[in-house]
Amino acid sequence: MSKLVATAAQTIGPYWALIEHPEWADLLRAGGPNEGYAKGERIALSGQITDGDGAPCVDAVVELWQADPEGDYEAGFHGYGRSRCDAEGRFHFTTVKPGPVKGRGNATQAPHVTLSIFARGLMNHVSTRLYFAGEPLNETDPVLAQVPAARRGTLVARPTAPGAWTLDIRLQGDNETVFLEV
Amino acid sequence: MSDPVGYLPVAPGSQPPLDSPGYGSTHKRHPKQAPIRIAPTLTESLAPKLTERDYPAFADLSVHEGHQAQGERIIVGGRVLDENGRPVPHCMIEIWQACSTGRYHHPLDTHDAPMDPNFKGEGRVFTDENGAYRFVSIKPGAYPWRNHRNAWRPNHIHYSLFGTGFAQRLVTQMYFPGDPLLPLDPVFNAVADAGARDRLICGLDMDVGREEWALGYRFDFVLRGRDATPMENPQ
Ligand SMILES: [Fe+2]
Repeated sequence: MSKLVATAAQTIGPYWALIEHPEWADLLRAGGPNEGYAKGERIALSGQITDGDGAPCVDAVVELWQADPEGDYEAGFHGYGRSRCDAEGRFHFTTVKPGPVKGRGNATQAPHVTLSIFARGLMNHVSTRLYFAGEPLNETDPVLAQVPAARRGTLVARPTAPGAWTLDIRLQGDNETVFLEV
Repeated sequence: MSDPVGYLPVAPGSQPPLDSPGYGSTHKRHPKQAPIRIAPTLTESLAPKLTERDYPAFADLSVHEGHQAQGERIIVGGRVLDENGRPVPHCMIEIWQACSTGRYHHPLDTHDAPMDPNFKGEGRVFTDENGAYRFVSIKPGAYPWRNHRNAWRPNHIHYSLFGTGFAQRLVTQMYFPGDPLLPLDPVFNAVADAGARDRLICGLDMDVGREEWALGYRFDFVLRGRDATPMENPQ
């Protein structure tokens, strides 16, 4: 039985930049935990975060959490990154493309990256997944299957150039991003 | 390999709603659609391992390049636990705050208060084997924030914590006992449950402080716990 209650979240506010380390957005950075990592396909992930008016959220921060190219979270690849949003509200990560991840039961999950968004005006962070357009496993992914078909596209990144993927995140309004909770 | 266990449900009123009308910035930024609840997979039950090797600790915010910051020196200490009362060891805690005059060391902060050049306002600590942490800082000042007429934030310290599971990620703020601004603050009061609000206020603790050097405050964090019973599929 639960004895304690989890501490309440409070907004990250506008001044989280005091703990900003811009290099964390490059998971493959020199001197970082994945320095020299040679497996998999190197990719760039980006996207624009907008509010209910379609205005860019220039003071938001995005955290990324992903498996390695074999779909493993604990085999040595450090799958964590953090990116601030730029003057257009865009985040930018450099990483490797994750592999399919074991799901519940006998299921296999399509390759995906978890994104968490923190910002002034968000009392708690919101989390979503980024999938990759064209992956055959997307058709059978158990989490995508839970999302109504009309909104599924808000989780699927499009290729914009070889090795470059983009997924915009709409916090509110038309085409609002599907957020996930556990 | 069996499926990951679920997390305990969120206690009613213990977390602030994303739609918190008293806090103006939430109006255009809160999602209108409810999140979709999923059963945890490896993605949700694991979390990045952040260690001092890759993320060096710096536990004294009160000194910058050998120079003492201005203001009232404080020591903050406590433990990080989960909802089952178990300590969370090796938990990374990021800390940031305004200086003693209520100004952040950041170009976007235009509050007309003297900026302390010896206070940068960033810290990072890790809990020990027993979930305990401690750092030295300066008591932050109140600052204005334009949310409503003559709006001032109560004294507070911002924290970011990484647990051992994705759903334990916590970003919060700690307040100080007896602050008269607390009843007026929409961020603090966005938490509906009075007990949950009170747990955001640290306690004066003469065992945490150091005689003739600094006052001490105790503050414990609680991260979401895992459910001992197998989770039902929410579908
Ligand atoms: Fe603040």
